[in-house]
Amino acid sequence: MLGLSVEQLGADMNRLLAILFHQGVLDEQFLQLQHLQDESSPNFVSEVVTIYFHESEKLLRNLRALLVDKELSDYNKMGIHLNQLMGSSSSIGAQRIRNVCIAFRAASELNNRPGCLRALELLEYEYCYLKNKLHEFFQIEQQRMLAAAVRYPAPQQHINNPQG
Amino acid sequence: MNGLGAETQFHVLAVDDSIIDRKLIERLLKTSSYQVTAVESGVKALEFLGLAGDEDEFSNSDSNSKCQRVEVNLIITDYSMPAITGYDLLRKIKKSTSLRDIPVVIMSSENVPSRINSCLEHGADEFFLKPVRQSDVNKLRPHLMRGQKNIPNLNKRKPVEECLSPDRIRAKLNHDLE
Repeated sequence: MLGLSVEQLGADMNRLLAILFHQGVLDEQFLQLQHLQDESSPNFVSEVVTIYFHESEKLLRNLRALLVDKELSDYNKMGIHLNQLMGSSSSIGAQRIRNVCIAFRAASELNNRPGCLRALELLEYEYCYLKNKLHEFFQIEQQRMLAAAVRYPAPQQHINNPQG
Repeated sequence: MNGLGAETQFHVLAVDDSIIDRKLIERLLKTSSYQVTAVESGVKALEFLGLAGDEDEFSNSDSNSKCQRVEVNLIITDYSMPAITGYDLLRKIKKSTSLRDIPVVIMSSENVPSRINSCLEHGADEFFLKPVRQSDVNKLRPHLMRGQKNIPNLNKRKPVEECLSPDRIRAKLNHDLE
């Protein structure tokens, strides 16, 4: 009745991940996160990723604010924000974002404003792409959990109905 | 080891200014069945350990704070933190008479050999490159077990022999040979 089966949805999740790995958007660290998810912590990955999104958006806003002002571009502060973004991206397996941060940091160390602006645009693009794809991934995961719940109804029904 | 129950769970203090890395290390430690306290700075770590000021606990006239200190079996800290770095924290802990025997592990996202050597030389037991993985956390157990060596009820089968000094062991052997 839900249309898509647990197996189909599972396959969709794997296919999406495979694409992201193939594109170099995600790396093995994302799999490490998945391994840490179990019955005692069933939403671990989405919790971590949600924190990552909040943090990253704040850092991207800060970076843009620092670059907008031609006179007072604080490259030191930029470096600090970039290190934070690099670290958290590395921790969740966001490989491409991390790599753009490295290039951005190199430009900031040379006080290369045009280079920084280009890197920031690329960073914002990569971030949007990753966010969309991971939202899609978690949506499929939720649908799959619902489909599994429908297929395997809760055992309480048998308790209330002793005749079985 | 299996029959001891929950009260012998090891307690790890994790220090990292990154929320994500704190969440990660906490989860990694919990899957290894460690009790975890995660704090965001070296300052908070020192407060938790009862080393709020620069003095060690003997000059601390408030004896209550010493009693309230929770037992920590291992400290794992990020290297790059604002204010007090992981390295600063390591030095302070090793200077403290009450805390110097607690194993300290440093984590860093940067692979800088001189940094690694410096930490190990000043008493760090391990140095992990980030992102930290399960295989890294598995390396913590020997350091934690080492710290438990002198507790008599850890291994009910041979509590005494573990604590004997070499001289007493020699005397015992001589006695047995007679």
